[in-house]
Amino acid sequence: MADASLPIGSLDLTPDRAAEGTFREWLHGWVITVDHKRLGILYVLYSLFFLIVGGTEAMIIRLQLAQPNSHFVSPEVYNRMFTMHGTTMVFLVGMPILFGFANYLVPLMIGARDMAFPRLNALSFWLTAFGGIMLYYSFIGGFGLYGQGSAPDVGWFAYAPLTTRTYSQGHAVDFWALSLFVTGWGTLGTAINIVATTISMRCKGMTMMRLPLFCWLMLCVSALTLIAITPLTAAQVMLELDRYLGAHFFDAQAGGSALIWAHFFWIFGHPEVYILVLPAFAIANEIIPVFSRKAMFGYPAMVAASVGIVFISVGVWAHHMFTVGMTSAANAFFTLSTMIIAVPTGIKIFNWLATMWGGKLRFATPMLFCTAFVFQFLISGLTGIMLSASPWDWQLHNSYFVVAHFHYVLVGSIVFNIFAALYYWYPKVSGRMMDEKLGKLHFWLFLIGFHLTFDFMHVPGILGMPRWIYTYEPSRGWGTWNLIVSIGGIFQAIAVAIFLYNMVYSALHGEEAGPDPWDAWTLEWATASPPPEYNFAVEPVVSSRRPLWDLKHPDDPDWKYE
Amino acid sequence: MSTITVPVVAHELEQPWHLPNKGKVGMICLIIGESAIFAMFVLAYLFYIGKSQWGPQPREVLEIPIISSICLLSSSLTIWLSEQAVEHGQIQKFNAWLGATIALGLIFLGYTGAEWYKLIYHDGLTLQTNLFGTTFYSLVGLHASHVIIGLIMLITLWLFGMTGHITAKNSERIQTLALYWHFVDAVWVVVFLVVYVIGR
Repeated sequence: MADASLPIGSLDLTPDRAAEGTFREWLHGWVITVDHKRLGILYVLYSLFFLIVGGTEAMIIRLQLAQPNSHFVSPEVYNRMFTMHGTTMVFLVGMPILFGFANYLVPLMIGARDMAFPRLNALSFWLTAFGGIMLYYSFIGGFGLYGQGSAPDVGWFAYAPLTTRTYSQGHAVDFWALSLFVTGWGTLGTAINIVATTISMRCKGMTMMRLPLFCWLMLCVSALTLIAITPLTAAQVMLELDRYLGAHFFDAQAGGSALIWAHFFWIFGHPEVYILVLPAFAIANEIIPVFSRKAMFGYPAMVAASVGIVFISVGVWAHHMFTVGMTSAANAFFTLSTMIIAVPTGIKIFNWLATMWGGKLRFATPMLFCTAFVFQFLISGLTGIMLSASPWDWQLHNSYFVVAHFHYVLVGSIVFNIFAALYYWYPKVSGRMMDEKLGKLHFWLFLIGFHLTFDFMHVPGILGMPRWIYTYEPSRGWGTWNLIVSIGGIFQAIAVAIFLYNMVYSALHGEEAGPDPWDAWTLEWATASPPPEYNFAVEPVVSSRRPLWDLKHPDDPDWKYE
Repeated sequence: MSTITVPVVAHELEQPWHLPNKGKVGMICLIIGESAIFAMFVLAYLFYIGKSQWGPQPREVLEIPIISSICLLSSSLTIWLSEQAVEHGQIQKFNAWLGATIALGLIFLGYTGAEWYKLIYHDGLTLQTNLFGTTFYSLVGLHASHVIIGLIMLITLWLFGMTGHITAKNSERIQTLALYWHFVDAVWVVVFLVVYVIGR
């Protein structure tokens, strides 16, 4: 436990606001809050709730596919499950939880009192929350509970002309489009807030090249969000104009083009992948150095690579569309632009390895998750390179190979880092450590489950199993592979249950954490755990990238070397 | 432990520390995001030029809106003059130039309304008629809705000015709002070129 204390700027730990008042007052306090820390917690809890919901949907899909000729659920329900699973995981789990981390941590890391626009922050959260509720209201809204509601069943990228009135009657598609329209504005508001906070709220001495990499990457993500989420919003408006006012954007009979929807969706859809994965990198950038006991290797290269990814990511979308019949020039362009992404991401992998190289590694639970992330991200990158070659993609497009590839990114990289972050910052948020034994059990079960599911999922893909398929004949030879994949899913579900138990258990019985349990170097560890409402009683002043290192080692401060 | 330490380094304190205004940064972000929305509608318009299979074509029904364009673009100049006025504390002048900006914006909206009335009742062009109608009303309508939002904010500001609630201290916030108005004007240049020059 770091006990370094300098006379300047020390402050008394005022006790947290007394836990008095009725339940109603307590609830009211959370609903009207504009405090970035409380909103961050709300974001994370909201996402964890939908993680359970989306995970349940995934388990239903896996139970249906575990055996050939299965009729565990009806085809209609199956279509709703994979649509809602994808939409939920991307829009109601991935983005909110990562923006929740940003909300909680960015102001603390840059030594600020709050976000730049606290009320916009609250508005953004509630827009996101209402969007999610609206999406799930579709199960009981529309045609009512008995008709299984009208939950969206058109796939998470909702291709035209399936979404036109002719082929999708009822309100399923409208629930999908409008709820994403609403969450889209919430996301835009948060992105604006994070950019303005990082640029305009930094404490004295926190120059851009001293910004923690977490904040740098969140800045990149938010800038990318500004130009990636808005095209989806525009496309949803066009879709609703088509469906409700009889416009012809995607109506082939009036000369409209279904292909335009695919372009518009993926102009959003591919940057979205980077919106999700860059925060995961951000988390690794904070955890790996602390548990390697070394400063981050190649800080400027990391910043440059992140900015590079942002720029390249907006020029690769049509690699989702190699099979629609583009010109060979377009195929070549998108193949090459996609492969170029491997350069900045490769730089990042080398920098993480170089940070760990020669370090004094401590394999606490957060570091275990981050280490697994580095290897899994490498493998998902390699299958990504394979799929970026258009001839290869023609063979495997929309097969389970693609599903395995992107789940390797989304679960193997992003979810692993989200867990790492939850273990790493849990002591800061709650004041208590998470149980390390349960954490390690969670890690190993989840790792085994992950590899059982997603390593073996590549195989039926290569054997020709398409995604979104309801069931298959035994003669295809996909049965055993699918059974293994489904068993892996059960391992993951048990692991997540252990994690949730651990969260609740540790909140009540965890060991007291103190302000700086990991002996870390960024500013959020310089205040109490949980931090007081005002974050810092004295505005911090920093002179290097690792202000707490300088504080703990006044004889050998970082600013002498940077 | 009862005390906790915040890093404070004495030698850094003496240097001046200036950061960009957060309101302006936020507004620029909003403008970037909105630009992407407009870009999608502009792309749709460009893609569907000449692809309408029936109904009126742009050349037959669209007239180039020269006067309204001049009004809207010159409102950028008048709002800039009002920004200058408030920065120097000349509130009367600020009110006058802001009022002129609002008037010019309203004239623009009036012309758009007249144009739509003619298109709907004389030429029979609606959102449902053909691809031209679909893309025209959505793109021009998106812009007009931004003009309306801008005007609501400007009128609110003007009411504050007329009731004496504006001082030179507010000038940075007024500049932030003016950024939005400049954006609305700049978008019109693009919409004008796409709809009335390239598409016609």
